[in-house]
Amino acid sequence: MSISRREFLKIAGITTALGLGGATALDRLRGKLLEAAEYKRPEDALKAKHWAMVVDVGLLRSGEDYKRAIDACHRAHNVPNIGNPKDEVKWIWTDTYEHTFPGTGYKHMTEAVEEKPFLLLCNHCENPPCVKVCPTKATFKRKSDGIVMMDFHRCIGCRYCMAACPFGARSFNWRDPRPFIKEETINKEFPTRAIGVVEKCNFCEERLAKGLMPACVEAVKDTGALLFGDLEDPESPVREVLRSKFTIRRKPELGTQPSVYYVIGGSENA
Amino acid sequence: MQDGGKIIVGLLIFVGLATLPFYYNLGAPMAKPDPKIDTPVIKELAEKKCVETKAFMRGGHMKLLNDWRDSALRNDLWVYVNAEGKSHAIGLQRTCMNCHSNKKKFCDECHNYMAVKPYCWNCHIEPKEKEI
Repeated sequence: MSISRREFLKIAGITTALGLGGATALDRLRGKLLEAAEYKRPEDALKAKHWAMVVDVGLLRSGEDYKRAIDACHRAHNVPNIGNPKDEVKWIWTDTYEHTFPGTGYKHMTEAVEEKPFLLLCNHCENPPCVKVCPTKATFKRKSDGIVMMDFHRCIGCRYCMAACPFGARSFNWRDPRPFIKEETINKEFPTRAIGVVEKCNFCEERLAKGLMPACVEAVKDTGALLFGDLEDPESPVREVLRSKFTIRRKPELGTQPSVYYVIGGSENA
Repeated sequence: MQDGGKIIVGLLIFVGLATLPFYYNLGAPMAKPDPKIDTPVIKELAEKKCVETKAFMRGGHMKLLNDWRDSALRNDLWVYVNAEGKSHAIGLQRTCMNCHSNKKKFCDECHNYMAVKPYCWNCHIEPKEKEI
């Protein structure tokens, strides 16, 4: 039996149409099951339009205070302690004044400024260069609250973001971090990272969703050295400090508009 | 067809080699996956229900997990309201593995059978299981 060209085209046309129609109908059915569900914000979550932090290192009295803030963060996020500066993974760390605010130092500054280490973390910039260069959108700026986030699932480890970040806020997992996280302090509610992934401070967004302040802020609450709040809310503790004290941000000339502000030598403990 | 014999013999050898894995596994006992939900937490539940129906979870848990990840991370929406209107906190470690604390008998059972290797556990911390 042979069919004419016309017959063949007819049959081909009909089967294609059926096939396409069938596939979309199936997709519809499948979509339905999930459409019935919805996603919501937890009621006790902390809300803000633009999260920001003020760091007043003058209020940190001793090395112990710094350590409390850093340990709290690194424990909350299962940050490994590899013990060698080349492979170091850091979310919050310290550095000197000259390294924190390069080019603004001069001879004979106050003792507090010259000798006190500064607490550094991701600046959660308004114009984050790391977000611009990320080829997979693993790093992105969350529109709802301004946090520069990382989706570790998507990170392919190209390290463009590390090159782009002018603040050195990003660390690469050169080796599997698991063996370097202490079993007894591991936070079972937060993941670790895998080898080949970049990581950084996330402003404790997972804690904010549970209605908790960032781990570092909580840890040194008694000193008042770290303040956290909504930059858009005039009543927030952050805005209160910005109103009453002179603050600076890191490398303003780059135009990244950091969300972390520093009070320089403004306190009596300084 | 001067070399016909050689070609046919060569072809037979090739087909034999290429299908060797199938013969190799032929007759090898392959236990059917039998995922268990007999964890302490699930045993205490009055109503043994996952966040969605069993049929949906069986076929679509990977899609649901992807949606959960994107919702929580990207949109800051950490609560999942299921088709019945019940709310669940989003989190693989926090919510899923809290009930299904038997990863070996729940996750691995089928994943191994199907030879899929999801990389969840490269980062997410699996629940501690008692060695039996």
